[in-house]
Amino acid sequence: MRHTLAVLVENNPGVLARVAGLFSRRGYNIDSLAVGRTDNPAISRMTIVVEGDDRVLEQVTKQLHKLIDVIKISDITADEYVDRELVLIKVSAEPEKRGEIMQIADIFRARIVDLGRRTMILECTGNEGKIRAFEESLKPYGIKELVRTGKIAMLRGSRYTNINTNGTREDD
Amino acid sequence: MKKSGAQILVDSLREQGVDTIFGYPGGAVLPIYDALYDADIRHILTRHEQGAAHAADGYARASGRPGVCLATSGPGATNLVTGIANAYMDSIPLVAFTGQVVTSQLGKDSFQEADITGITLPITKHNYLVKDVRDLARVIREAFYIATTGRPGPVLVDIPKDVSSDQTEYEDPGPVNLPGYHPVLEPSAEQLNRAAEAIARAERPVIYAGGGVVYSGAHRELRRFAELILAPVATTLMGLGGFPGDHPLSLGMLGMHGSKYANFAVCECDLLIAVGVRFDDRVTGKLESFASQARIMHIDIDPAEIGKNVRVDIPLVGDVKRVLSALIERLEAKLPGAWQEKIQTWKKEYPITYEENGHLKPQQVIREIYRVTKGQARITTEVGQHQMWAAHYYTYTRPRTFISSGGLGTMGFGLPAAIGVQVACPGEIVFDIAGDGSIQMNIQELATAVNYDLPVKVAIMDNGYLGMVRQWQELFYNRRYSYTELVNPDFVKLAEAYGAVGMRVEKAADVRPALEQALATSKPVLIDFVIEREENVLPFVPPGESLDRMLG
Repeated sequence: MRHTLAVLVENNPGVLARVAGLFSRRGYNIDSLAVGRTDNPAISRMTIVVEGDDRVLEQVTKQLHKLIDVIKISDITADEYVDRELVLIKVSAEPEKRGEIMQIADIFRARIVDLGRRTMILECTGNEGKIRAFEESLKPYGIKELVRTGKIAMLRGSRYTNINTNGTREDD
Repeated sequence: MKKSGAQILVDSLREQGVDTIFGYPGGAVLPIYDALYDADIRHILTRHEQGAAHAADGYARASGRPGVCLATSGPGATNLVTGIANAYMDSIPLVAFTGQVVTSQLGKDSFQEADITGITLPITKHNYLVKDVRDLARVIREAFYIATTGRPGPVLVDIPKDVSSDQTEYEDPGPVNLPGYHPVLEPSAEQLNRAAEAIARAERPVIYAGGGVVYSGAHRELRRFAELILAPVATTLMGLGGFPGDHPLSLGMLGMHGSKYANFAVCECDLLIAVGVRFDDRVTGKLESFASQARIMHIDIDPAEIGKNVRVDIPLVGDVKRVLSALIERLEAKLPGAWQEKIQTWKKEYPITYEENGHLKPQQVIREIYRVTKGQARITTEVGQHQMWAAHYYTYTRPRTFISSGGLGTMGFGLPAAIGVQVACPGEIVFDIAGDGSIQMNIQELATAVNYDLPVKVAIMDNGYLGMVRQWQELFYNRRYSYTELVNPDFVKLAEAYGAVGMRVEKAADVRPALEQALATSKPVLIDFVIEREENVLPFVPPGESLDRMLG
């Protein structure tokens, strides 16, 4: 089963190498990893999607906790959360095909962010399923280049994951 | 007050109570060595950086205080790597300082540059590259805190040469503040109650005790606990001395080379109380049949060890000493019954023994070392057959008296470790029980022992083979002794060349006089015991087999 972990870490040099190294040397599979700093510049937040059964997840979580730079780990898989990925796709767009591609962009509420003589760059955000469908729809036109961010996720409602709470809990 | 980075390092070491460091100078640590020149810290110059790391490790194991080693950048740092990995596998508080090229040259493949923080990432509890002298005091304080608290382990601090020579206005960094590091020391009351209930109900309890008992200083608590519930105690290699080996409840060591009675007891117990252990494959054998009739209780300070290798029914996360004390309060004394009787029968029926045939036997040599030292010596070992014989035939009654490389299995550990032990315990007898293969991996440290008048004694169990590998080749590879036979130097002359005393013993009758002579001299002594060549370590559970399927 795939799990989504929200991991708060100290924004120290090498913290990404520590986390990534842990996954590879202990044989855990990362599906995706996205990292960026939070509202507190000293703290970064990673969203890690990892494949494994409950035992593997328990070990992943415990081993991550052993890293001194890791402040907090929340497995939000079972909770209601919003998740998003951002993808940029450069697609072949001869002038006669542009209209079709723009229609597809409309359907997915994607944006055209660059228009070249023979290519377009489209930007789309959404969950994994939507991104996959978007990519599939553009394939027939010829995808020249594709880059995606990996999943980021946040709990819905008034629940939150930050360093002042133990686990995920309701904000009273 | 203005201070250089090197001065901050020296002052920080003093503040941490460090009296001795083990090191080797080089270009990138010149400013640090200049500060050490008139510092109030003893520096032991080993003859190889690996020796420095193992000596600091041995110092830590014997004293319970953090060991400190120092090496230059590049090859100096990489030579520490085995020693750091060794400390990591056995959870030893070690702080390693390395020099590094100046910050402006970092990442440019400069002379003697190695990315030592990258290299040691998976073998340290934590590590630091200090790029600003203003961070140095804080980092050192954190390094010692991390190395010595929770589950101990090695921490490396990499200091570029400009950082150690730069001057800064010194400011006290204040108390350690690590938002992501909070070791759990106190067990939960709910789990304690569950555990006490399970112990009270158990009819055939066995305690499986390891290094965690020694490191948390819980040997007295363990003894009270075992005597209270009349549970026999099997220890791991790392746990030897954590429970008195001569106690009626002692089962000696369990596992691949464990005693038969220890392994039988684990196979037939209904409650296995694991204390400060990590269910290593050399202990469990085939996992499916390990303690298969038992509920498993696991006491450990590291939550990640719970359920890592085996399913655990009752986890108790916390400091072993506190957990055992809390359990003792909740328990009532048990009365002896059929289980205790059965254990005693097994102990009588399957003693650890060897065949005496007039030849010089390693077991006899070690037994004799035990007698001559009245069981009061600190024993270090290298890795191999002699290590297992040292585990079986010397009886350890006090913690921190058996010092051996368990997890990593590092040949060449014993001699430098003995040097560290001797530095930590000046008045005591320190014996390195060695093999003729292992001793040659760090034999240059004899020069260190002679240099500093450290009277360590080295007893080589010399069979002209890499004996443990030869044993496996004999048993599993049809006696094809592929590259395990050694052509050795004359160890006696070698010892003498270093300025130590060398002796050779070839007959059983000469063992005792040689040992007595060795103890009578205040010099380092090396004794080459020429033992029966194809003696095997028994009992022996073949790899991947169940613990009750023992050879021998």
